[in-house]
Amino acid sequence: MYNKGTIIPGLIIFVLFVTFPIWFNGLTTAGDLPKPELPPGGEKKCVESADYMRASHMQLLNKWRDNVLRDGNREILEIDGKKYPKGLQTACMNCHSQKEKFCDSCHTYAAVEPYCWDCHLTPKETASKEAIH
Amino acid sequence: MIEKTLKGKPAYWIWLAFLGMFMAVGAACYIRQYNVGLGLTGMSRDVSWGLYISQFTFLVGVAAGGVMLVLPYYVHNYKEFGRITILGEFLAIAAIIMCLLFIMADLGQPMRALNVVLHPSPNSMLFYDAIVLNGYLFLNILCGWVILTAEKKQVKPPKWIYFFVYLSIPFAVSIHTVTAMLYCGLPGRHFWLSAIIAPRFLASAFAAGPALILIACLVLKRVANFDAGRKAMNKLITIIIYAALLNMFFVGLEFFVAYYSNMPGHIEALQYMFFGMEHHGVMYNNLVPFMWAFVVLAFGAIALLVTPAARKNDLVLGIACLMLFVAFWLDKGVGFVLAGFVPNPLGEIVEYIPTMNEIGITLGVWATGFMVVTLLYKIAIGVEHEVEG
Amino acid sequence: MDKHRRKFLKIAGASVVAGIGAPAIIKLTATPALASGQGVAAAGHEAAPAAEHGGQGGHGEEAPQGVRLGMVIDLRKFNERPELLDAAIATCIAVHNIPEFPNSKDEVKWIWKAPFSGVFPEHSSQHSAKKITGNPAVSLCNHCDEPPCVRACPTQATFRNSANGIVAMDYHRCIGCRFCMAACPYGSRSFNWYDPRPYIKKYNKDFPSRMKGVVEKCNFCSERLALGQEPACVEACQGTGAITFGDLNDPNSGVRRLLDKEFSIQRKPSIGSKPSVFYIV
Repeated sequence: MYNKGTIIPGLIIFVLFVTFPIWFNGLTTAGDLPKPELPPGGEKKCVESADYMRASHMQLLNKWRDNVLRDGNREILEIDGKKYPKGLQTACMNCHSQKEKFCDSCHTYAAVEPYCWDCHLTPKETASKEAIH
Repeated sequence: MIEKTLKGKPAYWIWLAFLGMFMAVGAACYIRQYNVGLGLTGMSRDVSWGLYISQFTFLVGVAAGGVMLVLPYYVHNYKEFGRITILGEFLAIAAIIMCLLFIMADLGQPMRALNVVLHPSPNSMLFYDAIVLNGYLFLNILCGWVILTAEKKQVKPPKWIYFFVYLSIPFAVSIHTVTAMLYCGLPGRHFWLSAIIAPRFLASAFAAGPALILIACLVLKRVANFDAGRKAMNKLITIIIYAALLNMFFVGLEFFVAYYSNMPGHIEALQYMFFGMEHHGVMYNNLVPFMWAFVVLAFGAIALLVTPAARKNDLVLGIACLMLFVAFWLDKGVGFVLAGFVPNPLGEIVEYIPTMNEIGITLGVWATGFMVVTLLYKIAIGVEHEVEG
Repeated sequence: MDKHRRKFLKIAGASVVAGIGAPAIIKLTATPALASGQGVAAAGHEAAPAAEHGGQGGHGEEAPQGVRLGMVIDLRKFNERPELLDAAIATCIAVHNIPEFPNSKDEVKWIWKAPFSGVFPEHSSQHSAKKITGNPAVSLCNHCDEPPCVRACPTQATFRNSANGIVAMDYHRCIGCRFCMAACPYGSRSFNWYDPRPYIKKYNKDFPSRMKGVVEKCNFCSERLALGQEPACVEACQGTGAITFGDLNDPNSGVRRLLDKEFSIQRKPSIGSKPSVFYIV
C-alpha cells in the first residue's frame, strides 16, 4: 500500500468526522430522548389524546388559528366540563405553564424553532412585565 | 458557454473583485438588517417605502428597455441590431434579478415570501407583478440562451424560439405597466393616482434602458474589441431621444394638471419635490436638489444627443447617455416613489433619509446586477468573437 | 388527517352547545344560533370568506347584508373631556400589548390623536369654528366596507371578515411588504420596524404581541367581542356616549339610531372606501 502514513490517519479522521452525530450524541446528553414535563398543576386531560397531540399539535394550532382569526369561529371548546378557548396563549399555556420545560424540550431535540413565541407570550414572559387584569 | 467567464484580462478580474467587494459589504449589511429589522433603514411609518422599492421601480424600467432592441430587430427586421439584441436581453436578466433582490431586501418577513404563491390574491397588483417579472426573467434567459447557442453553432435558431421572442415583447410592456399599477391604483395617494404613470414609466424606461446599453456598447468597444456598429448606435440614439422627450412631456403634463387645476392634493407632492414645502414653519425640501438635477441633466443630455457633432464623439456620447440614465434614475429611482408619501394621509410631512446600512444593501444589489451583466456580456461577446474570428 | 378532522369536529360540535359564555352585548353575526355551526363546518376548508358579502358599490346602494360593525365617535364629548380620549388610548395600548417607541419614525399606533384638519382634510373650511377644528380628533382604522388595503394585500394577510365587516390582520401570514400601508388612505397602519417586545411597557397575558416585520392595526377588539365585551376604547368611555359601537346594518342598533338623529361625517368620503367609523363633530 502506498502512502500508508497519510491514507490511514486520513481515513480515520474521515470516518470520525462522518460519524460525528452518532458518537457525539452518544457521549453527550444531546441524543437523549426528551422528557417534556407535564403540567405542574397536575392536569392530566388535554383537548385531544396525548398521542394525537404529540403528533399533530401543530396542525391543531394552525386550525385554531384559522378558525379564530380568519373564519371568525371563536367557539369555546368544552371537554369534560372544562372550557378551552381556542388559543395557544389563552388555553394551552394555562396548563402547560412552563414552556421551557414542556414545549422547548422536544423542539430543541428536534431542532425546530416555531415562530409562535415571537408573538405569543409565555407565562414566564408575562410575569417579567407585570401583567394587567 | 459558461467557460467564457473564466478567462479574461487582469482588468476583467479587477472589475469583478471590485464588484465582489460591494456585494460582500451588501451581504453583511443585509444580515444585520435581517436580524435587527427594517428599523435599520430610514423608512418610517409615514414613508413606508424607500430606496429598495424605488430602485426596484427604476430597474423594472431598465429591464423593459431591452425590448427597444428586440422589437426593431425581430418585428421590423432591422438587421443592424443583430449584434446588440443579445445585450438588451442579457441586461434585462440582470435588471430583473436586481428587482427581485430589492423586493426581498424590502420584505419584513422574507422567509414568508412564498405566501404570495401559497395564498394567491388576484385582487393585488403585486400578485400580477410577481407573475410578469418572473415570466419576463424566464423568457429572457430562454431566448438569450437559445439564440446565442445557435449563433455559436452557426446555425439558425430553432423556429419555436420565435414564439417566445414575440411573447417577450408584450411581457416587457406588461412588467412596467403592472409596476405602475402598483402605484396608480391607490386611492389615497394623489401624486401616484394618475393615469399617465404607466405611459410615463414606459417612456423613461425606453430612454434609460437603451442609454445604458449604449454606454455598454461604448465600454465594450474599448475594453472588449466589440463594435456595435455606427448605424445601430445612431438608431439607438434616435430611440433614446424620442423616449426621453416623451417622458419630459409627460412630466410637464403632470405639472399642468396640478397647477392649472390648482387642486392642493395634486400640487402638494410636486411642490415638495421641486420647490420644497413649508409646514408648521419648517421648510421641507430634501428632494429639491435631486429633482432639479433631474431636469438639468435630462435636458442637457437631450441637447447633446440631438447635436450631430456631439454624438459623433464617443466620449461625449457616453457622457450624454450617462447623464440621461442618472436623470431618469433621479426621476423614478428617487423622486417618484419617495414624493408619493408626502404629505402623509394625515397631512403631515415626514422626510426620508436613507441610512448607511440601507445604502450598503442598495449598492450591494447594484453590484450584483453589474456582476451578472458583466458575466453575461462576457459570454455573449466571447461567442461573437469566436464566430467571427 | 381525515380521522383527526372528524374527531376534532366531534369535540367542536359538542362544545357548540356551550356556546359563547358571557351574554353578548353586541350582535356579532347575522344568525348567531347558526353561525357557530357554519363556522365549524367551514373550519376544515381553507377560509371561505369574501364570497358572501354583497355591496359591490357602483350605482345605487344594494341592500346591506349581514353584520357590519361600526362606530360613532362624538367628538363633542371628547372636546368637553379631553382626558376621556387619553384614557381610551391608554386602555387600547395596555390591552393590545402595543409597543411605545421613543422614535416617532418607528411608532405603532392603533388609535391616536391627530389635528382635526389632518383627520378630516375634506371637511376643512377657511373660517371654521375653533372650538371644533381647534381640538384634536381621534384617528383609528376605519374598517372600511371597501378597504383599499385588502385590495392591495398580495397574501390575504389582511382581509375583510364577511361575518362582521371587520378588516382583520393575520400576523402569521403577513410578509411585511407594506403595500397595505401605501394603500391605506387614512394612515391607520403601522409596521414593526423592530422587535416590539422591549418597547411594551406591560404585558396583557391574554393577548399576543406582534413580531418584527409585520404590519399591524386596530382590530375593533375582535378578541373582546368574542367574549361578549365591548371594544376597549368604547368601554373606557362607558356612560359618556363618546363612542357608540354596533351593527351599522341593523336599523335598530344604537349606532344607527344615533346616526339617524345627528349629523355625522366619515373620513375622506371621496375615496369611496366607505368607512365604518362615523364622527359627530
